[in-house]
Amino acid sequence: MKIKGQVAILDDLDWQILQVLQENAKLTYAEIGNKLHMPQSTVYDRIHTMEEHKVIKKYEAVIDTEKIGIQQITALITITADMKETENIAKKLTGFSQVIGVYTAFSEEIIVAAKVIAKDQVALHSFIAKSIAPLPGVLRIRTSIITKKYKEENFQPPPKEKALKR
Amino acid sequence: MTVSAARILRSVPREEAFYFFTSIGNYTGQSAASLDEFLQKIKDVNIKSLEFHLYREDFERWIDQTLGDAKLAEEIKDLRNMKVVGNALRDRLYFAVSRRLKDLKSAAPSSK
Repeated sequence: MKIKGQVAILDDLDWQILQVLQENAKLTYAEIGNKLHMPQSTVYDRIHTMEEHKVIKKYEAVIDTEKIGIQQITALITITADMKETENIAKKLTGFSQVIGVYTAFSEEIIVAAKVIAKDQVALHSFIAKSIAPLPGVLRIRTSIITKKYKEENFQPPPKEKALKR
Repeated sequence: MTVSAARILRSVPREEAFYFFTSIGNYTGQSAASLDEFLQKIKDVNIKSLEFHLYREDFERWIDQTLGDAKLAEEIKDLRNMKVVGNALRDRLYFAVSRRLKDLKSAAPSSK
């Protein structure tokens, strides 16, 4: 890995390690080395460098809430807002524990998009009505409740450049 | 009577205002912070929103618990029990609120 200004430039080996870690972050250095046919000391050095430079921000457990009997719904909400208030609304949303993702996006106009979890539809509506609709600058809210998840992953290292070439 | 009429007619802070939705989480952008404003909004808001809130008992709850008008809340409850929908709902709701507003305004102390 090389640092150019604020950007970390990863080489092929770094990408391979990241890919293995994203599939299973609990593997030991030796196990990763075995998978990628490289010494564990190299794996250690590479991972350590990426951690140090915050390329790897953290390792987290992905919890299956259904397995532990927690019933919850997830909704995607888009907020059309007064342009001047867009950033304030996004920042305020980050402070709610029910909000698990906040984004600003541009389609025909700038919107604030958020991913929200709630116990049920009653709790979801109450949260939106009492905590989001009253925020200054909110003009409209559209909510879609997720009925089924087909794929949900974090960032995945891109396929090798060679594979993309024809 | 005059004091409570003035209390019912007051404007509430924006976090206690009524926000009109058409379904779960879908906010129309219309809100009312007083009974006067509520009357104006029910004239124009999407009919779906009126039906959504009436049958969730949101109107009667806000009017009773936030504005403090148990009498009007009871009238709205009657509308719900009669299962009024569509434009008939808008008309009857508008009639009930405007009549109550008129009574309250004549009972409230003059602002002059």
